Amino acid sequence: MPSPSLETRALTVRFGGHVAVNAVSCAFRPGELTAIVGPNGAGKTTWFNLISGQIPATSGQVLLDGQDISRLGVAARTRAGIGRAFQLTNLFPALSVLENVRLVVQARRGAGFSLLTMAASRRDLTAEAEQILDRVRLSSQAHQEVRALPHGDQRKLEVALMLALKPKIFMFDEPTAGMSVDESPVILGLIAEIKADPNATVLLVEHKMDVIRTLADRIVVLHNGTLVADGKPVEVMASDIVQEAYMGKEIEDV
Amino acid sequence: MVRFLLSGDGPRSLILSVIVALIFVALATAPFLFPGSRSLEVAARIAIFIVLVASYDLMLGYAGIVSFAHTVFFGLGAYGVALAGAHLGRGWGALAAGALGGTAVAVAVAFVIALFSLRVRAIFFAMITMAVASAVAVLVSQLSWLTGGEDGMNITIPRELTPAFRLDLEIFGTRVTGKILNYYLVFLCCTVLFLLLLRVVNSPFGRVLQAIRENAFRAEAVGYRVVIYRTVATCLSAGVAALAGSLFAIWLRYVGPDTTLASEIMIDILLMVVIGGMGTIWGAVVGATIFVLAQNYLQTLMQGAADATAALPLVPDLLNPDRWLLWLGVLFILSVYFFPTGIVGRLRARG
Repeated sequence: MPSPSLETRALTVRFGGHVAVNAVSCAFRPGELTAIVGPNGAGKTTWFNLISGQIPATSGQVLLDGQDISRLGVAARTRAGIGRAFQLTNLFPALSVLENVRLVVQARRGAGFSLLTMAASRRDLTAEAEQILDRVRLSSQAHQEVRALPHGDQRKLEVALMLALKPKIFMFDEPTAGMSVDESPVILGLIAEIKADPNATVLLVEHKMDVIRTLADRIVVLHNGTLVADGKPVEVMASDIVQEAYMGKEIEDV
Repeated sequence: MVRFLLSGDGPRSLILSVIVALIFVALATAPFLFPGSRSLEVAARIAIFIVLVASYDLMLGYAGIVSFAHTVFFGLGAYGVALAGAHLGRGWGALAAGALGGTAVAVAVAFVIALFSLRVRAIFFAMITMAVASAVAVLVSQLSWLTGGEDGMNITIPRELTPAFRLDLEIFGTRVTGKILNYYLVFLCCTVLFLLLLRVVNSPFGRVLQAIRENAFRAEAVGYRVVIYRTVATCLSAGVAALAGSLFAIWLRYVGPDTTLASEIMIDILLMVVIGGMGTIWGAVVGATIFVLAQNYLQTLMQGAADATAALPLVPDLLNPDRWLLWLGVLFILSVYFFPTGIVGRLRARG
């Protein structure tokens, strides 16, 4: 088994008296897709925020390839290889679809501080951005303003921004939320594609059990900020606590 | 070539292109097309304010930073030239040293303000800049041994730039004087500074600023250190404003709190940005031109209108030149009401 690419050690965050994430220790390995499940308010998104750095941890550590990154800010963690697609669409609304992706390509390549070149003359950045739009099937909307885009396309762009980062860790937070039945296969196909790369570590917060069943190599269950189950999908889904508390209702929903 | 100079970001609207071209030609030929010292004053003021407003738009329209300290940077450039002239004597070297020194101080001040306060929320940043602006204005009027206080300072500039210097050359019946050479110094420097700003906002750096304005949270999450980008934008904007201030001082051969540091000037800058259109460097051209023209000629125009309507009741009173500020206010309200995205935003949306 490869060594962990991402690890949280006793990661904890307190908001006043409320412990939102409670001493969660968990390791993720390349080539593995881990689904993170749990009821609303279980701390899934908060845990993600602690890993990508939006919220500082009260205690505990985040390790990337064995290096402690707990002290790094959001931008530094991103550059170190943590990629995140947000649950609520989080884009640059007044800019074009292509510009959104190009900005991320530019960030990764460290071209942000060139002040006197014309952005439009950086064909290399544009070409790479176009390639990524092609992958998420947004090429035909490349020059549209993002705020005019339908919800499903915004979700695709959300994923495109993460692809443009070429991260080591891919964190998806309910990537198909609010998408129609015809639209979600594009996203799910992309996740499957990413998963096929043996170097990619994928974390997926998801409610839809059919999605988890087809994609997950492993399931981690959070409840009230605590990690309560961790294992192969069959085992976790079969365990009583999960069956009763979380899966039962979700499966009926699907 | 034109594309290169304009950084691929032309006016992008036929009407706007015509307007901008007219303004450019008018400013480029002002000394001969509109002879007379008053029109030359207005032309120089327009050129300088275009740069000043464009530099402010880099902060406000592109980076989304609300600052009220822009006059401080403008003033530092102007006082730099004045102090260098007072202590180093008359000469080109003193002008350059003053302009560069003032600009360096402005950039340093901007750096400190930015680092201290760009981490806080936008409203607090705006308040901090306001405090800095009034502190500097008070300081300048109190330190009269250094700055001349409320009286300001007269500036000695090389003789070649003064009206006393006359070339043996006439163009369209106008004798070329040092004043005209001074005007062209201002005009050329302003053109270069404007094109430079146009390039910066269309560079990869300018794109990052727009991204930060749109969504600072996500900009950070894709790997941009937002604080650093905002700081660089603030310093750059301050530097260009200081250079504009130096030009203004050289042109007026005088600097005082009223010409550079007054809060009225800050409000003028804000109005020019809003009227022209935020987030479009071209907006500065249109906004500054309209505003400065209105400031200088609205009274004349109203006098004419009042005379023409002298026979009517009430109307001539309303059009009395003393009421010019009222009408200026009405013009602004109308322009903001009808062009919420500024004149440039509106024209581009049509095309």
